[in-house]
Amino acid sequence: MGKKILLEHINVPGIKGLEVYRQNGGYSSVEKALKTMAPDAVVEEVKKSGLRGRGGAGFPTGMKWSFLAKPEGVERYLVVNADESEPGTFKDRYLMERIPHILIEGMITSSFALGAKTSFIYIRGEYFYVSRILEAAIEEAYAAGLLGKNILGSNFSHDIFVQVGAGAYICGEETALLESLEGKRGNPRIKPPFPAIAGLYSCPTVVNNVETIASVPYIVMNGGDEYAKIGIGRSTGTKLISASGHINKPGVYEIEMGVPVEEFIYSEEYCGGILNGKKLKAVVAGGSSVPILPADLILKTEKGEPRLMSYESLSDGGFATGTMLGSGGFMVYDESTSIVKNLYTFARFYHHESCGQCSPCREGTGWMEKILHRIVEGHGKVGDVDMLWDIQRKIEGNTICPLGDAAAWPVASAIRHFRKEFEEYINHPERIRDKMPVV
Amino acid sequence: MSKEIKFNEETLALVDKLMKRYPEGKHKSALIPVLHIAQAEFGGWLSSDTMDYVASLLKIKPIEVYEVASFYSMFNLKPVGKCLIEVCRTSSCWARGSEEVVKHLEKRLGIKEGETTKDGMFTIKTVECLGSCGGAPMLQVGASFHENLTTEKVDTLIEDYKTQGKQRSYTDLDYKNTL
Repeated sequence: MGKKILLEHINVPGIKGLEVYRQNGGYSSVEKALKTMAPDAVVEEVKKSGLRGRGGAGFPTGMKWSFLAKPEGVERYLVVNADESEPGTFKDRYLMERIPHILIEGMITSSFALGAKTSFIYIRGEYFYVSRILEAAIEEAYAAGLLGKNILGSNFSHDIFVQVGAGAYICGEETALLESLEGKRGNPRIKPPFPAIAGLYSCPTVVNNVETIASVPYIVMNGGDEYAKIGIGRSTGTKLISASGHINKPGVYEIEMGVPVEEFIYSEEYCGGILNGKKLKAVVAGGSSVPILPADLILKTEKGEPRLMSYESLSDGGFATGTMLGSGGFMVYDESTSIVKNLYTFARFYHHESCGQCSPCREGTGWMEKILHRIVEGHGKVGDVDMLWDIQRKIEGNTICPLGDAAAWPVASAIRHFRKEFEEYINHPERIRDKMPVV
Repeated sequence: MSKEIKFNEETLALVDKLMKRYPEGKHKSALIPVLHIAQAEFGGWLSSDTMDYVASLLKIKPIEVYEVASFYSMFNLKPVGKCLIEVCRTSSCWARGSEEVVKHLEKRLGIKEGETTKDGMFTIKTVECLGSCGGAPMLQVGASFHENLTTEKVDTLIEDYKTQGKQRSYTDLDYKNTL
């Protein structure tokens, strides 16, 4: 059993409520930070912990915090990104639904460190019922004097608001999220300025993922050095993995960074092996945006070393033979899966979710969907695979935000590793078998 | 004629409270929450009259409401059935049979995806990833997630919604008690 930080108490009856949460050590990081630490000391611990953004980018959290501008008399904000929309990812929902106070606690402690008087949770509209759970938890925290004026008798006052989105993947991109929070379309902003300088309402703002903020209480209580001892190398701590697809036990698992991928897929502790005893064909390890890898490359690196669940090991080999940890959206496909049809679902997704600001993304995602559609319908043309390759290359790196890259990488990797399957579709449409039954 | 587009006192007070939680002059931040309320109150979709009304409440130009309403997929710019069934179609759901779920729904309700039954009760829609991949295949009706679907489960669901006369998909979100 690996170390559990976020889900340690997940099965304690009543952990959703404040009382039981506190009985299990909850909110002690607020007491410790507010009563015994200076804000900068909290930032320092987070830096030492090596915690990296859990939303997908993996940027060091402490460094992000230290970039926050602190001009006199200007409000600063913490905004929690609970927009969780990356296909394959459902860990934040699980966490917020089952143990909402861990997020609230992390927000209070983090806001103290950042000097933010107000923070927001921006949650995707489809998670409406989760927003109600959060609201209830926030209400409890106010009643207990953990939110509002002079928290626990200190000089620190803080308010938290839940803001519900309305269905737009792009709002998970931090500047699009801020636009949306300001009541506008979710069009990403051109950076710089970064949110740390000019974010919400043009004020200095830190935007962090739910899981990132929920990790802060442990770091404050145990110290950054202790946190950094968990995991492997620069992948410190634990990570929530959303496991789905053709496995026996889909669900959210907290792993200590460094668990071998093979163990994660086949052991009873985690995914429990491939559904119906079938063979593993491919894995998308970190949400739809990261490159898909065939079974041999996800289990072992090109050098033949066991692939581990960590930032470094998953990206070993670059995009030629590796992938990324991303958001930890781990999607598993068995031998019966059509990679081409699966890719079509991704291409359709990115076309639907492109905000339309940048031409390469707006037009490119549309064409990729169209071409893949005709291929899966049995009307593919010779040259379509090359055209797809060409289009994805012209999107990558040519857009304001990373959605363009995110749309390009699945296409590139599917062609890179499964080109023959595309050609089979085009040359022998009569052989297409891609209907997936309810399992 | 549809009934007059106007919130009752209680809802107006809520809108006012929402607008006040943002800093002075930044009350436009309340737009998306207020649109959710308006959609729930005025028939499950946003007519131009509804959007104009929201603009007047927030003291912004109607175009600022239209551009937002047309951007986000949860806002319906056309009428939908009382029970809007949204089936996830992205990778994990697809891999575990979402196409079969949609086909079954279409057969069962006698409509195609994107259509509404003649009695105005059901609309079938396919949507992108709803963050429930571990429960694939899944669908959402209003605020409720229905996971690990089978054709039998879908049948039961339809019967439940028919007999219990469940409310319009977005009204059962019941924003009033929350925001």
